[in-house]
Amino acid sequence: MRTISSKEIENAVYSLALKACVSLTDDCAAALRSAREKESSLSCAYALDLIAENAEIAKQRHIPVCQDTGLAVVWIEIGNEVFVSGDTIGDAVNEGVRRAYRDGYFRKSVCDPLTRANTGDNTPAFWHIEIVKGDKVDISFLPKGFGSENMSRIYMLTPAEGREGIIDCIVKTVEEAGSRPCPPVIVGVGIGGTFDGCALLAKKALFRHIGSLNPRKEVAEIEQEALKKINALGIGCQGFGGKVTALGVICEVMPTHIAGLPVAVNIQCHALRRERAVL
Amino acid sequence: MKKINLPLSERDVKELRAGESVLLSGKIYTARDCAHKRMKEYIAEGKPLPFDVRGATIYYAGPCPAKMGEAIGSCGPTTSARMNSYAPMLLNSGLKAIIGKGEMSEEVYSALRYNGGVYFAAIGGAGALYASKVKTCSLVAFPELLSEAVYELSVEDFPVVVAADAFGGNIYKNNSK
Repeated sequence: MRTISSKEIENAVYSLALKACVSLTDDCAAALRSAREKESSLSCAYALDLIAENAEIAKQRHIPVCQDTGLAVVWIEIGNEVFVSGDTIGDAVNEGVRRAYRDGYFRKSVCDPLTRANTGDNTPAFWHIEIVKGDKVDISFLPKGFGSENMSRIYMLTPAEGREGIIDCIVKTVEEAGSRPCPPVIVGVGIGGTFDGCALLAKKALFRHIGSLNPRKEVAEIEQEALKKINALGIGCQGFGGKVTALGVICEVMPTHIAGLPVAVNIQCHALRRERAVL
Repeated sequence: MKKINLPLSERDVKELRAGESVLLSGKIYTARDCAHKRMKEYIAEGKPLPFDVRGATIYYAGPCPAKMGEAIGSCGPTTSARMNSYAPMLLNSGLKAIIGKGEMSEEVYSALRYNGGVYFAAIGGAGALYASKVKTCSLVAFPELLSEAVYELSVEDFPVVVAADAFGGNIYKNNSK
């Protein structure tokens, strides 16, 4: 058994949040550069140039890439040989987020759903724990903006709708979202599981690198076909009308009930920010 | 590139066309969901709005807090569609220009045509770039709303694209489907 103090987890979350909010991920920056090369629409090309300039300014001045520094989504894989001493993992994560959003001058975007009163410190964080073999703690941090989250959808398809139904609802979600979620988007898709499990899977997909293919061939083919259809929609960067509407479609799959085919589509804007640390 | 000084003049409104890229300089007011809800209540109660909307430009934004010595934190646009139910009321009260991101409703576009106004799209997700264009920032109203309060910004060469003009032109309807 390895003992890790909750303070180490808190400090890791703190550092990851501070870094994540001011930097685009390398995979996203590369996908945006490639989008710029492909784009022939003048307005979209102009917008992509400003997006590239923005990333540079954020890095140099150490200020958030986007003012929507999001809900703090934290994915934790914890080894079954790890004992966490001190506070609970949830308390440690929240404390790391609280300190980072204060010290980083990040926007506090969490509020009560009814009164709309702001919690003032960007907590609670939205953390998910997976128990894996081993003695490590693997933490990924993804600040999730809501322009894109608002455009996400869940569909309870019938088994008869099958593969075509899955692709249709991925494309339909992006089409209906139009210019609103800050395209070019990254599309996280959960296929299978339960109503809740499917949505979580779609979120987990956003932690996978853009351009990586699902190891299952038939799933990778869904990713590629959906991406092609999305980029044929013509929405383009910021909805200005162009060739690149999505930078990637990432599907994750889990078994489901014999009577169902849940599909969740989680939209991520082009300002993809995520950082990872292994303790 | 065309440079425009705010407030927007009648001539600017007549000349601007959807799809044009322009650089804006002058005063703009931030307001998003909560501030709009309050302003709607003010109008319903017949109370004066916290700033004179006649001729003004509203920016749909909720900035990050400013670091020491800086005017403002990251401050890109938020999704304009959430303000669809408020924008016509303000345009009818004299608002001249809106800055936001993404498509708005037909009601908003017809209020732009009817009153002679322009909807500019800023680039979503470019908050650091826009922060570098803000020279001063002062609180105008609703401090308890934190990032959602109304601030007056003075901006210089703030890059935007005309999304909807006063003549029905609309960049989102030209999508090359």
